Amino acid sequence: MPSDSMPLLDVRHLRTSFFIPPGGEARAVDDVSFTVEAGRTLGLVGESGCGKTMTALSILRLVSPPGRIVDGEVIFDGRDLLRLTEAQMRALRGNEIAMIFQEPMSSLNPLFTVGDQIAEAVRLHEGLGRQAARARAIEMLRLVEIPEADRRVDDYPHQLSGGMRQRVMIAIALSCRPRLLIADEPTTALDVTIQAQILDLLQSLRQRFDMALLLVTHDLGIVAERTDEVAVMYAGRIVERGRVAEVFAHPLHPYTRGLIASVPKIGARKQRRLATIPGVVPDLLHLPSGCRFRDRCAIAVAACSTTDPPLEPHRGEHLAACIRAGEPLPARGPAEGRGAPP
Amino acid sequence: MTPLLDARDLRKYFPVRTGLFDRRRRFVRAVDGVSVTIAAGETLGVVGESGCGKSTLGRLLLRLLEPTAGEIQFAGADLLRMGGEDLRRQRRQLQVIFQDPFGSLNPRLRVGEIVGEGLEIHGLARGNAKRARVAALLERVGLRADAVERFPHEFSGGQRQRIGIARALALEPHLIVADEPVSALDVSIQAQIVNLLQDLQEELGLAYLFIAHDLRVVEHISHRVAIMYVGKIVELADAVELYRNPRHPYTRALLSAVPEPEPGAKRERIVLAGDVPSPIEPPAGCAFHPRCAYAIARCREEEPRLLGPTGHEVACHVFPA
Repeated sequence: MPSDSMPLLDVRHLRTSFFIPPGGEARAVDDVSFTVEAGRTLGLVGESGCGKTMTALSILRLVSPPGRIVDGEVIFDGRDLLRLTEAQMRALRGNEIAMIFQEPMSSLNPLFTVGDQIAEAVRLHEGLGRQAARARAIEMLRLVEIPEADRRVDDYPHQLSGGMRQRVMIAIALSCRPRLLIADEPTTALDVTIQAQILDLLQSLRQRFDMALLLVTHDLGIVAERTDEVAVMYAGRIVERGRVAEVFAHPLHPYTRGLIASVPKIGARKQRRLATIPGVVPDLLHLPSGCRFRDRCAIAVAACSTTDPPLEPHRGEHLAACIRAGEPLPARGPAEGRGAPP
Repeated sequence: MTPLLDARDLRKYFPVRTGLFDRRRRFVRAVDGVSVTIAAGETLGVVGESGCGKSTLGRLLLRLLEPTAGEIQFAGADLLRMGGEDLRRQRRQLQVIFQDPFGSLNPRLRVGEIVGEGLEIHGLARGNAKRARVAALLERVGLRADAVERFPHEFSGGQRQRIGIARALALEPHLIVADEPVSALDVSIQAQIVNLLQDLQEELGLAYLFIAHDLRVVEHISHRVAIMYVGKIVELADAVELYRNPRHPYTRALLSAVPEPEPGAKRERIVLAGDVPSPIEPPAGCAFHPRCAYAIARCREEEPRLLGPTGHEVACHVFPA
């Protein structure tokens, strides 16, 4: 048995690439390592195309061609998931590790009632009979605070609002009491008041079932308020990692610092201009030499084009992949307000 | 001073069929009695959740939709009585930027054609004059001159939004309706576009109707903000005042729900129960009362009107301005 000091999930040097003929390799996830402790929440944050969703899918081995996991280990509860057979993996998915996605409508089958879909999950994994599974479905709908659960169990997905559908997805995901829930942008399609309801629900269920949560999001506000630890991704790499309070108080990587600064804060209308990060994310097929962020970085030096900075500890457990981590930034970034031309 | 745009009591009801044999005429009251003004050079932010009618309001003001009732004065003229050549001329001054910079740019046209199209249609510039104008516009929005020859798919989301802005600017408008212009963009790119819109406003004296669901961006860019709920404005105030001193319980819930990038910040969160009601049969009285923690008997019966001094108007019986 694994000891208590071992993390529940330990991702080591994970690499997932997309192979684009002729001979192109887009390194969507490129040497990514992180851990999630039992019962804790890790926020995986980054902008479109940074590889955060691909990291989540790789953990569950749900990457489809032309994508492929190339290297690394995904150790869950002492077992390397990348070495399991497909049958072993199927038994684990939805059972010990469950996942919910951004758009609940496309994850639910429109032809079946929500009750049938929850029942299917519990019958598959727990071998319950028809009656027992239906009773369990109603119980799960109550758990995710859907009003009139015994009536709603017979509704079809289109009869529910977006927030209610996401509750159903959570009910399905939790029906087998997973130890790790991966939530990929679970509230991005929802309005802000509904988002708060769903995040509250996730948080209370996580505590109640002592479940770990990997929360994939682009929203730094959600990370700040809802997670214990954060990993910031950029162009396939984790560029900064640490405890949430520490990372937000002392962000080290210029990308993290730029991201935090570019979010307008409520009630803080003091600066007329928003801080920006100039330019755009690099093409994964044509990455610059050295540091991937250097083209957009306000404090890049010559060495940044020759050194690919490793993720190293700077302040205790706080890691950053930058040779100039924590150096002061100029008051205003270069070419501010104008993106790099195409 | 008369405002640039003065819309009064706008309504837009869409007929709906509820079933095959249902002969009752029912309506979605997408916009239900909304009045707004926008001064030259001003940004009015319109915030609300999906289905609150904010996009429909934008389309009514552009006359892309005909209102069921109401009046729109634009630059001193009655926009709704206008037709033919007059309307076409007036529309030049009234442009739009959409959320999805991909869906709103014709994929078969080169960027030069997209931006220059309006100049030709309105007979403003041709040939070399047009080319020079397009080049100046692209430069102004931060795109390289060789963008002219390229197609929209060759650009990133943020750059496509710049193309959309250049197209809107080509006709030298006075008012731009920006419908969720940065919602589809990543946060670092979003900031670039917001700054560009603010620079253009300063330089050209543009007015914006800025429609968005992101309260953070709206606070940053707007001079005044209107909060919409089920087809109506429930609170309308100067931006600083609204965020500092929100009155309507819905506004307060919205503001408290915005996740802030400050861990451990002490905040009181008001989590609303339930969903937004259907605009087909909104609740009687105040449409917000079923979700409101402060509702009294009067809220269930009497619809509150938007009242208060200029600078802060609220539609609430319990927390008037």
